[in-house]
Amino acid sequence: MGVKTWIEGWPVYRQLTGGDPLGRAAAVKSRRSDTLAPRSATADKVVKSICPFCAVGCGQNVFVKADEVVQVEGDPDSPISRGRLCPRGSSTLQLVTGSAREYKVLHRRPHGTDWEELDLDTAMDMIADRVIATRREGWQWEEDDARVRRTMGLASLGGATMDNEENYLLKKLFTALGAIQIENQARI
Amino acid sequence: MAECHPVGFQWVMEAKARGATVIHVDPRFTRTSALADIHVPLRAGTDIAFLGGIINYVLQHEKDFREYVVAYTNAATILTEDYQDTEDLDGVFSGLDPEERTYDFHTWQYEGMEVQAASGQRDQEYADQPGGRKRSTKSVRQAGRGEAHGSGGAAISGQPQVDPTLQHPRCVYQVLKRHYARYTPEIVEQICGVPQDTFRRVCEHLTDNSGRDRTSAFVYSVGWTQHTVGVQYIRSAAVLQQLLGNMGRPGGGIVALRGHASIQGSTDIPTLFNLLPGYIPMPHAHAHLDLDSFIQGESPRKGYWAEMRAYMVSLLKAWWGPAATPENDFCFDYLPRLTGSHSTYETVMAQLAGDCKGYFLMGENPAVGSANAKMQRLGMANLEWLVVRDFSLIESATWWKDGPEIETGELRTEDIGTEIFFLPAAAHTEKDGSFTNTQRLLQWHHQAVEPSGDARSDLWFVYHLGRKIREKLAGSVDRADRPILDLTWDYPTRPMPSHPGDAEPDAEAVLAEINGWDAEGGPLSSYEQLNDDGSTACGCWIYCGVYSDGVNQASRRKPSTEQDYTALEWGWAWPANRRVLYNRASADPDGRPWSRRKALIWWDGEKALWTGHDIADFTAAKSPWYRPPTDATGAEALSGVDPFVMQADGKSWLFVPAGLIDGPLPAHYEPQESPVPNLLYSQQRNPVRQIVSMVHPNDRFQPSGGQPGAEVFPYTMSTYRIAEHHTAGGMSRYQPYLSELAPEMFCEVSPELAAERGLEHAGWATIVTARNAIEARVLVTERMTPLTIDGRVLHHVGLPYHWGHGGLAPGDAVNDLTHLSLDPNSHIQEVKVGQCDIRPGRRPRGPARVELVKEYQRRAGITEKTGTEI
Repeated sequence: MGVKTWIEGWPVYRQLTGGDPLGRAAAVKSRRSDTLAPRSATADKVVKSICPFCAVGCGQNVFVKADEVVQVEGDPDSPISRGRLCPRGSSTLQLVTGSAREYKVLHRRPHGTDWEELDLDTAMDMIADRVIATRREGWQWEEDDARVRRTMGLASLGGATMDNEENYLLKKLFTALGAIQIENQARI
Repeated sequence: MAECHPVGFQWVMEAKARGATVIHVDPRFTRTSALADIHVPLRAGTDIAFLGGIINYVLQHEKDFREYVVAYTNAATILTEDYQDTEDLDGVFSGLDPEERTYDFHTWQYEGMEVQAASGQRDQEYADQPGGRKRSTKSVRQAGRGEAHGSGGAAISGQPQVDPTLQHPRCVYQVLKRHYARYTPEIVEQICGVPQDTFRRVCEHLTDNSGRDRTSAFVYSVGWTQHTVGVQYIRSAAVLQQLLGNMGRPGGGIVALRGHASIQGSTDIPTLFNLLPGYIPMPHAHAHLDLDSFIQGESPRKGYWAEMRAYMVSLLKAWWGPAATPENDFCFDYLPRLTGSHSTYETVMAQLAGDCKGYFLMGENPAVGSANAKMQRLGMANLEWLVVRDFSLIESATWWKDGPEIETGELRTEDIGTEIFFLPAAAHTEKDGSFTNTQRLLQWHHQAVEPSGDARSDLWFVYHLGRKIREKLAGSVDRADRPILDLTWDYPTRPMPSHPGDAEPDAEAVLAEINGWDAEGGPLSSYEQLNDDGSTACGCWIYCGVYSDGVNQASRRKPSTEQDYTALEWGWAWPANRRVLYNRASADPDGRPWSRRKALIWWDGEKALWTGHDIADFTAAKSPWYRPPTDATGAEALSGVDPFVMQADGKSWLFVPAGLIDGPLPAHYEPQESPVPNLLYSQQRNPVRQIVSMVHPNDRFQPSGGQPGAEVFPYTMSTYRIAEHHTAGGMSRYQPYLSELAPEMFCEVSPELAAERGLEHAGWATIVTARNAIEARVLVTERMTPLTIDGRVLHHVGLPYHWGHGGLAPGDAVNDLTHLSLDPNSHIQEVKVGQCDIRPGRRPRGPARVELVKEYQRRAGITEKTGTEI
């Protein structure tokens, strides 16, 4: 190794002499890091998305490799965010792929002391049965001689984190069931 | 804004770089204040006095944009002789019924008008019609009617009398002048704690920066809405912005920054009790109510709301398809009816009463995020069943085994009969769909991968739940089941490769239904195409056009570098892709921009069309000189100088003759819990705030103002958010990165308060109200400013509300301290201001926690009546 090569291998030297005085780019690369590629570079595809946190609506690019989300970054094309994401938006990869995600249906029996696992389709049948029964129990045709055609047995809270299409189906189904107690974070 | 909407704040910084003055009004010094030109700390809960002071400054110094005010607002309109102001009645308006705690707003009307209340309250006039049955107006008023104006204004009929010279003593301008005369710089200083010179600087900046050539914008968030007078906060800003000519113009407006990705969408397509899609009101119960009488009761004759029948019939066709016919009133009778407020807080009371037995939570965490979180948990503990759909096991899913009441012994797991289903939800990367952001912009997110395990989209959940219910009820002859069985529910689905046998509904097909189609099934492109004869179907009239030409307009992504600043080819904004509402007001009455600098749209005389940078929020070919024939209805009844096209008079309203529950003008009232008496009026609180239906042993109010016992809770508390966490924490406190950034619940206090109460930086403090006691790490900081209020020093305690007992960064929930007193228009709780005590050390464990709260209640002499005075 010549002296020149040895000196140039020293990051501080490169920092002082090159175009990276703050040492945040090329100056601090090692031989190993020089060979690394970002996850975004090796992704199979980039899917256009929108940040799921607040209502600013920053654009996101979702990088997918082998049917897994491997990176989420700000979308530079967005006129709203111009590629930026805040601390919450920057944590999106962990939100969608991280340890906090639950993937199993859980059931707590009345008076039970712990969760039990339940098959998804069975759970859906049980929930449908409970909706039908509770709706009937709380049914009212009239109140104070005026027609109301509704059930007061059921309620729902949530929607501000959901898509428009999801809110639409939920309001449509609840209204057809005659369930009027449907609310979301907009009230809070 | 720098904390809660950081990426949006870059545009404030861009404006500042171009010379804009940024003023931040907030009790605390935050990351926003650090970047503002002026930070104005004021006492929490006093913004109406502060804004009222600015309004008074504008009126006293005649700084209003007179040409705009006369042409585009109702300043010149003359009010009826029956109207009495807070000036005449020492702090209340005419029409107050103290027993019922409601206002009769017939006296708030324009002179010479055929009295017809607003779309919010118009329904009450139904009772006056032949065949209408007189019902309690209170129940109608409680039903959140004021919100039916979400897409526009209330309605009136007839021709108002006007005085364009603004000299008539009963014209709105003069009424306004008298109403605000007492909002002097001296009173602002005493009530808000803002020194007079600071206040004058704000007034001067704002008025210097408004007019023909300049505009100013107001930006707010839940700091303005979460009050017993929240709607009147926004109204105060509206009065000011109208006087200064800052509405419908570029760089102007009152900008609501909303907190969730699609909270605007869930208001437009409402998962809310009082609304149908597109702000059509849910029908209220009346004997013999049919479609015609509903429309007659709700719909005005002028402005775009006059077409409500077309919007409503098209919605009914979208929901009940072939079953909806002219003969059966298009299944109007299938809609359930309201009988008062059925908001989330009434639902909690119904749970505690045992009436509401089944509960769905869809991505919301009320055990932490809703006011008086203990009441929320106790309500859930009284259910028969609960379904929680979320990413993680949030507090609202686990309270039955690890909630605060288990620790205190108030609940025992084995005694709780609630059956609970936890269903994991799919993330936005795992499904197609649209979010509507805070500027009404719909943006599509595309599915990147399939959800794993049992995780599914909410679209999947609702669709298959509906499908199963319909299958189980098939063949039912019960007429109560007809609306379910006749429902259009045949959405196309696609197989899910990683879940054989399972199927995901097509989100774009749902979007197509929201957009609507004509008799041949072709996609509609504008709500102006909707008919009231059943020939069109449309799931949400204000979203009509989002799927025009069969193209998903919400997924348009032309890069910002390839279009101008309005970026009309990025996403799609309702209505009709307009980016600035009421932008006709950006041009003068003759259709010319008020100034070259502030040009947005203008009248092109050669083409006889409105043109410009934005899409005109006006009939494209209606000339500035168009005047309607006297018998005109609908949009045709608005003249060429009526920019506020959803309003029946086409004007913006300085004075609101109908549509608000608690007054036609804002008036400063002290919060439900306040350290001082109201210095402006003898009326202490909003007389029609919503509390009485909520009185409960676990929701006691505190003495307030000068009442004995108020001194037990000497400090003003305010809740807020920080950049590192998201609302009630369900999407942040379970994530390692964000939990590491903000790992623990804390409170912010000034060095002076720390010295007064012996609080140590990084030590523990216990904060107590009449509801509960919580603990937090102490952050002693000069960012908290002690204020001088009416001669004495007042301290604030800052409380971020993100924390709860679960997650990686646990902490006590601030909402355990808050109470259920609500804005009567919006039913939003007052959590932005309250009174508390703070003491050093951790809170007691076990039953001693409950005992501590009871001791405070005893010391303050609290009973079930406390704080319920009108």
